[in-house]
Order: sequence, then structure tokens, then C-alpha cells
Amino acid sequence: MLFTENKPFDEVLESLGNDKNIFLLACNGCAETCETGGEKALSTLRTELKKAGRKVTDTCLVDFLCNKILVATRLARHMEQIQQSDSVLALTCGIGVQAVAKVVNKLVRPADNTISLGGLQGLWPSEERCEACGDCVLDYTGGLCPLTSCAKGLLNGPCGGAQDGKCEVDSEKDCGWLKIYERLEKLERLDNLKKFQKARDHSKMMPSADLRKTLFYDLER
Amino acid sequence: MKLIDRFKQGKCVLTCEAGPPKGIEIAQLIAELEPLRPKIDAFNVTDLQSSVLRVGSLAVCRILSEKGLEPVMQLTCRDRNRLALQSDVLNAAVLGIKNLLCLTGDHPKLGDHPQAMPVFDLDSVQLLSAVKNLTKGKDMAGNDLEGRPPEFCLGAVVNPGADPLEPQILKMEKKIQAGAEFFQTQAVYELKKFAGFMGRVKHFNVPVMAGIVLLKSPAMAKFMNANVAGIHVPDEIINELASVPKDKRVHKSLEIAARLIRELKGLCQGIHIMSLGWERHIPTVLEMAGL
Repeated sequence: MLFTENKPFDEVLESLGNDKNIFLLACNGCAETCETGGEKALSTLRTELKKAGRKVTDTCLVDFLCNKILVATRLARHMEQIQQSDSVLALTCGIGVQAVAKVVNKLVRPADNTISLGGLQGLWPSEERCEACGDCVLDYTGGLCPLTSCAKGLLNGPCGGAQDGKCEVDSEKDCGWLKIYERLEKLERLDNLKKFQKARDHSKMMPSADLRKTLFYDLER
Repeated sequence: MKLIDRFKQGKCVLTCEAGPPKGIEIAQLIAELEPLRPKIDAFNVTDLQSSVLRVGSLAVCRILSEKGLEPVMQLTCRDRNRLALQSDVLNAAVLGIKNLLCLTGDHPKLGDHPQAMPVFDLDSVQLLSAVKNLTKGKDMAGNDLEGRPPEFCLGAVVNPGADPLEPQILKMEKKIQAGAEFFQTQAVYELKKFAGFMGRVKHFNVPVMAGIVLLKSPAMAKFMNANVAGIHVPDEIINELASVPKDKRVHKSLEIAARLIRELKGLCQGIHIMSLGWERHIPTVLEMAGL
């Protein structure tokens, strides 16, 4: 169970920049249970985006956005609308955003922050990792997490230690920042990397007392 | 004296790296740096270089300062969170240190304490920004500092040999916006590549010091090519060093470094020498380079 919260709408709107045409995607798994995904959250966000003058080109609900095979199958018939959109906005956890980014050739942005991986964890079947930092930055990096793909968790670009595209810590591991760079170059969004990323707020990683009292945090409670 | 004032004088600024020892006997380090006083503008003291435990930068910087040798304190994000980093910046100001070089730092896994927790609470850009804010009297949380704020000249690093180069340049621009006033580079051996890099960053109007590493042997050059990111020693230089008998190697190495310095100083605003224990040879190199 991955516990997520909706990002504040102003933050979502700011992250969209000048993007006018948005493809909206929601997870019907953990996020639906947290009410940060699923039909209800999708419908709310669609209304809010319209009110803010953005066009929602289409929407899609997928049972588990962390499962790339499922995502690819479900999105196959939406690919044209996705390609015609400026970006994809996803109501899902950090894993979901990263999985979708691997499947579609479009900038994928998070509409949720992942707070906890507690309770029953590990539903996702693949290599994407989420640190549950509580302040998702996947929007800025094109859907690749710098906290889990960079050995130093750097937020403002590569450290200069990569050799032949591999991390200074592990010669068999790709430099996460080079992957982010390549991804943004392909999406023609390199300008993203000019934005200063302020230091993380580590207090956002602390689950609140209210959350700790729920089944989302402790299934056996 | 702030290093930026040396650049403003329009001269080719010369700095030299000083690596504190693993242990408390620092007399030898000071003795090796002392003869460089007339030539070298500032001594850049490393912060647990290569993630190996040593005497810290702050203590050595203070000792150099007491002896009238201008220090540049290196500060990495590897071992301290934002509280400790900001506190050490204030410590540096209290101890009279005027120049700070802000770096991300090597990962602890590369050093002699691979079990250590990698901190990286901040990255180099955020560190520069935090120090800049302290000089404006504010800490990272937005609280006011009491009294007069600290003053610093802030430096940063860039790797002109990185492939691809573009991410380095994007980050360099962020570092400048965050407060970096000068840059020093990884070791340079390829003039054409470096000239290309300088062409790309000229419009930033920020002084750049080219890095020089003295090549102790052909094996060292090959090792760096295989293991150090962004360093490429061309075959011609390796062969040139290998072509002389072993007893003439030191002289040849200094000759190569001097030639690089002569060629590089026209392309940038300063030279940063990383002599890795060969501090005693620096005066000869500078003399051969006509400096």
C-alpha cells in the first residue's frame, strides 16, 4: 500500500507551465483507496483544470499504474490523444509516474505526493523506486526520480563523477542524471534543468499522527 | 584577500591545492607550501579528499591564514547536513577565512570509510545559495543572523571534459545564479576541448581557472584515463612522458605541465595546480611556464 496525498492544486498548475492540452491519468489501485486517484479524484481534477482554462484532451483510469504492461495495454488506444497533448498529468504514486514515463514519449507529471510505503508494500513489479519523500519532483525530471536513481540524491544536476555514463559508486549502474538529461532532451524540455531546485523538506517524510492511526499505515492495526 | 579581487586585478590567478595529512603532523605540509608564497595567490585546502579521513579544511585554512598564506576552504555536502554546513560557514568567517569553494563531494563509498552514511542533505547549488543567503544575514530557514553578516568570495567547480558537456554547463549556470563568483576545473590536457568549453561559457563572464595535475608517470595517466571522470590524457602526452628514461621523468613531467600552463593561461583567467604531493616542484613548473 502506497499512501499518497494530492499535491496542492496551485502547485500542480504551476508545474504545468504553459501546457494547454493535458492528458489526465489516474491510478485505480492504492491511490483510489487513498482517494487521491480513482474516478472521483480524476473527475475533481478534470473540473479544476477546466476552470483554470486548461483543456483536458482525454482521461484514462488504470488499475495499477505501477504495472508497465498493464499501462501499455490500457494506453494503447489513447496514444494519439497523448501525442497530441502537451503533457500527461497522473494521479498516482511516485512509482506510477515513473512507470508511465517509461511507456509514453511525453512529459509525465505527478499530481500526488507519496508519503508512505508502509503497510503492505511492494506491489509494483519492476525497477522503479520511490523514496516517499512527500514532495514529488518527477515533474521537473521528466518522470525519472533523482532521489532514487542518483547515488547522492542530487536535485540540481549531475555531480561530475560519472564515467562513461556510469555512476562513480557503481560502474554497473547508469548515472541517473544522465538518464534524466537524455529523457528531457528527447522531450525537448531541457529548460527544466535551468530551474533552481530548493533543498528538500525532510519533515514531509514524517507520516502524520493521523496517518499513523489508519490502515494505510498499519494494516494489522 | 578575496580571490575575486585578484581576478579584478586582471592577472592570471594562481592557486594550488593543499591536501591535509592523515594525522595531526601538519608541519611538513606547511613547510612544502611556504616556498610557494611569492608565486601562489591562494591555497585551496581539500575537505576529506576522496572521502578519506584526514585533518579538516577549516583547521588547516586557519593555520595558513595565521602564516599570511591566503586559504580557500573547500566545503563538501558529503558529511554534514544543512545545520552543520551553515555552522561551519559561520566558523570559517569567525576564523577569518574569506574564500569558500562549494562542492558536492565524492561519495563515501569511494574512500576509506565506505560504511559511512552519505549525507548530501544539500547539493552544491543549494550550498552556494545557502552561503549567499548567510552573507545577506539570513539562514536557510529564513531566520536573521545577529549583527554583521559574514563575507565570502564563493567558488565552484566544473568539469570541461565531461561527456556529455551540456549538463555541466546547465549546472554551471545555476551555480552562478546561486552565488558562484569563480570556477576551477578538473585537470585539463586537451587544449582544443578546453577552448571549446571556454567558448561555450564565455558569456557567463565569470573567471575560470584551468586545473593542472602533474603527471607522475605514464601509469598514473593511464589510471586517470580509466578511472577519473572527465580526465583524458592524450596518447601523445603519455608517450612523451614514457619516451624519457626514468631518472628524467620528473623533469619531463614538469616540462609538460609548464607547456600546458603556457597554452591554457591565454584561454582562461587562472591556473589551479593539483600537485598531489609534488608541491616542491611547483616553483620549477611556474618558472618553466614563465610565471
